[in-house]
Amino acid sequence: MAFQILLNFLLAVTWMFFESSMELSTFIVGYLLGALVIFFMRRFFSSRFYVYRLFSIIKLMLIFLRELLLSNLAVLKVVLSPKLDIQPGIFAMETRLTSDWEVTLLANLITLTPGTLVVDVSSDNKILYVHAMDIEDAEEAIEDIRSSFEKAIMEVSR
Amino acid sequence: MNVSEIDEFIGALLILIGGIISVISATGIIRFPDVYTRAHAATKSTTLGVLLSLVGAFIYIWLTENYISVRLMLGIVFVFITAPVSGHLIIRAAYRSKVNMTEDTVEDELKKVLDNQTEVH
Repeated sequence: MAFQILLNFLLAVTWMFFESSMELSTFIVGYLLGALVIFFMRRFFSSRFYVYRLFSIIKLMLIFLRELLLSNLAVLKVVLSPKLDIQPGIFAMETRLTSDWEVTLLANLITLTPGTLVVDVSSDNKILYVHAMDIEDAEEAIEDIRSSFEKAIMEVSR
Repeated sequence: MNVSEIDEFIGALLILIGGIISVISATGIIRFPDVYTRAHAATKSTTLGVLLSLVGAFIYIWLTENYISVRLMLGIVFVFITAPVSGHLIIRAAYRSKVNMTEDTVEDELKKVLDNQTEVH
């Protein structure tokens, strides 16, 4: 991915030299043309066309913002309810993610969605131990959210 | 209501919502029974409250003064990156120093795993 972006910058700079103008608008035109060239040459690269990956990053952010808002509302409801009937607990959750930054990102996303908090990560990075605020009704729904996060992260790293 | 009033209204509304969420999460810190559930209220709803306040300030300055404040954007990003990590570290330290929980239901795996680790050593 980094290589493709660098190549795109290089093509844009080459376009600026062709036009012999050092303005931002020329750079942008060159960048778009370079992206087009890389798109048509995409089968010579080992990884995907990098714009797809940008799209999946944006999709991950949108999913995350939606979950943050929804689950914050859920926690506010718990806080404001007159009787506090929560059943906290810690459950283990296996993850299919392998590299360090993916696991870190997943743990951060889980921690920022209310109702769940990562307590520990096993030493082989395979299992996350998650503290849930309301374990009974939450576990299945949480598993759904989790798979959506995990899938989105996998789409980014693929 | 002319345009600049609407702009001010949007920014002020976001800041107000952020303040309300911060107050509610502070209430949660008082009401919840143990460290772990308190950390739930402390790390996340507070983050959302701070985030909404910062976004409100950003929009307000942008629309009324016509000035895009990069520092506010950086502040939003930094809060987002650091808040979950600090919450995780505090909770992990609490768990490792054996702070008790309330009436837990499923407190499975982690305790067993940690006990096994201490046996091995």
